[in-house]
Amino acid sequence: MRYLPLTDTDRREMLGVIGAKSVDELFRDVPESARRDGLVDLPRRKGELDVERALGRMAAKNVAAGSVPFFVGAGAYRHHVPASVDHLIQRSEFLTSYTPYQPEITQGTLQYLFEFQTQVAMITGMDVANASMYDGSTGCGEAVLMAHRVTKRRKAVLSGTLHPQYASVVKNLSDFADYELEIMPPALPGSSEDIAAHIDDKTSCVVVQTPGFFGELHDLRAIAEAAHAKGALLIAVVPEIMSLGAVTPPGEMGADIVVGEGQSIGNGLNFGGPYVGLFATREKYVRQMPGRLCGETVDADGNRGFVLTLSTREQHIRREKATSNICTNSGLCCLAFTIHMSLLGEEGYKRLARINHAAAVSLAERLSKVPGVEILNQAFFNEFTMRLPKPAAEVVDALAEKGVLGGVPASRLLPGVKEVEDLLIVASTEINTDADRAAYGAALKEVL
Amino acid sequence: MSGMNRQGRPSSIDNTAHGGTHSTFTGNKALELEEPLLFELDNPGACGVDLDEPEPFSSRLGNFERQGRIGLASVSEPEVVRHFVRLSSKNYSIDAGLYPLGSCTMKHNPRLNEKMARLPGIGDVHPLQPQQTVQGALELMSELAHWLKELTGMPGVALSPKAGAHGELCGMMAIRAALIARGEDDQRSRVLVPESAHGTNPATAALLGYKVDSIPATRDGRVDLEAFKAKLGPDVAAIMLTNPNTCGLFERDIVEIADAVHEAGAYFYCDGANFNAIVGRVRPGDLGVDAMHINLHKTFSTPHGGGGPGAGPVVFSEALAPFAPLPYVVSGKDGFRVVETEEAAKADGTQPFGRMTAFHGQMGMFVRALAYMMSHGSDGLRQVAEDAVLNANYVLASLKDDMSAPFEGPCMHEALFDDRFLKGTGVETLDFAKAMIDEGYHPMTMYFPLVVHGALLIEPTETESKQSIDLFISTLKDLARAAKSNDKDRFTGAPYMSPRRRLDETAAARKPVLRWAPPMPAQAAE
Repeated sequence: MRYLPLTDTDRREMLGVIGAKSVDELFRDVPESARRDGLVDLPRRKGELDVERALGRMAAKNVAAGSVPFFVGAGAYRHHVPASVDHLIQRSEFLTSYTPYQPEITQGTLQYLFEFQTQVAMITGMDVANASMYDGSTGCGEAVLMAHRVTKRRKAVLSGTLHPQYASVVKNLSDFADYELEIMPPALPGSSEDIAAHIDDKTSCVVVQTPGFFGELHDLRAIAEAAHAKGALLIAVVPEIMSLGAVTPPGEMGADIVVGEGQSIGNGLNFGGPYVGLFATREKYVRQMPGRLCGETVDADGNRGFVLTLSTREQHIRREKATSNICTNSGLCCLAFTIHMSLLGEEGYKRLARINHAAAVSLAERLSKVPGVEILNQAFFNEFTMRLPKPAAEVVDALAEKGVLGGVPASRLLPGVKEVEDLLIVASTEINTDADRAAYGAALKEVL
Repeated sequence: MSGMNRQGRPSSIDNTAHGGTHSTFTGNKALELEEPLLFELDNPGACGVDLDEPEPFSSRLGNFERQGRIGLASVSEPEVVRHFVRLSSKNYSIDAGLYPLGSCTMKHNPRLNEKMARLPGIGDVHPLQPQQTVQGALELMSELAHWLKELTGMPGVALSPKAGAHGELCGMMAIRAALIARGEDDQRSRVLVPESAHGTNPATAALLGYKVDSIPATRDGRVDLEAFKAKLGPDVAAIMLTNPNTCGLFERDIVEIADAVHEAGAYFYCDGANFNAIVGRVRPGDLGVDAMHINLHKTFSTPHGGGGPGAGPVVFSEALAPFAPLPYVVSGKDGFRVVETEEAAKADGTQPFGRMTAFHGQMGMFVRALAYMMSHGSDGLRQVAEDAVLNANYVLASLKDDMSAPFEGPCMHEALFDDRFLKGTGVETLDFAKAMIDEGYHPMTMYFPLVVHGALLIEPTETESKQSIDLFISTLKDLARAAKSNDKDRFTGAPYMSPRRRLDETAAARKPVLRWAPPMPAQAAE
């Protein structure tokens, strides 16, 4: 087997040193009833070529996003990733290194984590950020738990702007960690949600997403004020992190914790993962944060260096008293984020965000001219919601037949909710050309 | 000796033999280059991408247009590439050398797996595309689930957990869901966890509101069966046990433990971090396990990536399988289908306890793990376990006289040593580990498990050659001898030759600096 260097001669010699007659002897602590003599019922080894063929066959059965006019978003977005990003993250020293527990020989990882934390804090408008969570949705769950610790209360209110699967993740945690949860009904663009009326003296936090699940941009200032007046925290969720190049960051609207999905910067769609959760907060709450933090220090010669720090919050030190059970995070996806963000820089990030917005505005204008289509949004970034004259799920399937991936029917994530049945959530980014948008317009006209 | 640094540690051991204190004007040392922070490279006007300003259009941002400077650095592409290449040179990696971190399974990461993950039909597919456009992706998930179920002998699987600790959470939630369904949730509030467990185990149990009750270890490094049985009772929800355990030993009484747990009406959670030792040879399902997470980034070689992303699928016994979370993939006459809502699950007749994460899990890791499994096959995977165990036992046998092993062999995939061999030398486990850095090795896991004093836990993995392990062994023998022969400075000041010397972790925690900030502007002249 090509990955196994030991030869039979090696094995014999090694057994001799150990003083065992056979490898079986080394497994003698395994109860006899559980020892298997034969092989498990799975295929035998394969060479590279055969593995490539087998997986290539599966891959070929999928419609790759880049092969069609593509407008799917709802929490994961297709953006162009510069070639140098994927090249750099595949360097052995990054790809095949472990968590930087030995800082003297992992300064590379530690320094980019420090840079990542800085970039995330800057774009969210917050003081500090951690070295990542698994993704936006799990980060959202951790943010609610953190708010409970900070406020010593156990009730969260989730706005109807929140991605339904994010809400499910938080609900799951609340079911098992035994806290109270109020989930508001879906907040359709154009309708108003009086979340302030749901905040009381027991509320630890309110969770609001912007751009919201339906693409609408939301003003957080009044909600932040209402929350703070009752001693609760505002958690802002940003699943499309590209938006912060163009729109007011939650940190400037009073958010106490900002959770983001960083996939849009540097990371591909990957059918849902791995992604990278962004997590930022105010300096005063840093000791209640979950996850790893990288900090600056000096070495024995007085040179600047970086280490994982404040680890007394973490499971490997505090065990059952830790702020979270998280251990592994999204190291390499952070690196991809950091490199892409470094290439973009101040001007590139802002301009790319403007291009995204322009793409979505152009698409909205085109599709609003299709008879029967109504765009619901007042203010949006690169995603909006249309009301169609028939169920959106059918329309999406019909569009797919015509070779256009036209968005996410709201009913897919909110099944059984009558008022969203005809709603289609549509995203447009810098990858879309005018020809893509024209193809979408034409196909939509045909299927309606 | 060339003097002390400001922390009172020797600043070098021997000028002639160790490169000494020769200093350069740049701070660089030949191929080893100093690199500033990205933000210190900021050069307004430079940019690493070429993007055209969009044609004039009427904004729909409403009142939400971002104002002012964000603060991001402006840097061209060649500078960005150089920056990150230079950073990379400051990292140790499995591609460059033996990485014997116990419990972490740092094995070779085949590049075929990277290539497969980048196929457009895998990497460039959206999780919410219409299901008829992702049949191959669902087939791949289904195939991975099949391999995991066969290898573990367990009938259910949840693929979505994002890493090992997330898998633990998933497994323990399924256990609690089953107890709720039995009407015993209120009564069962205690979870038994051995002293030697990973920190994630008690942290996970505590997150679910369980009281963590620690089980002591016997003198031979295993669960104390009698103490364990005494702790069982009608208020116990589960035991969380790592097997092979964190001392690198197989829990001989595991079947008896499982039987006793089940007899008490509780469930058996197995931490599968060390599955590499038994894959293809022993099936956890045959040991009585009810739930076990599998770190795809350990046993199935998806790259650790400097601390993730991982993936932590969980396999379930018959008793827990119906409670597995959303989403899951089913196949029918119309192909594959992902069940992703409670409504759909109800129609399907299952009782998922909820959802761990948005979307369907770590697809990028699934494809790498499956490529690894297919490459090995049933025969190769069995060989993986055998060679991993053989390599660890070879290390244990070769070093037990020069170092000190707290437990009798045979061990499984990792060899545990304690610090008795350093007694009276003035050298501690930490110093010994840091001296390994100067010799070109990543240290082993230190001070874990907590059940032995000054632990040094070595996991060579199956992808090391005998030649590589022989060199490693002889290096550790040299170091052990040096420690015992009063060559203390070699250790207490180490490392001397790494990109950075020992870092001041106390200062970092006392006054945390967690981000770069622009230097304060110089005071304006009056």
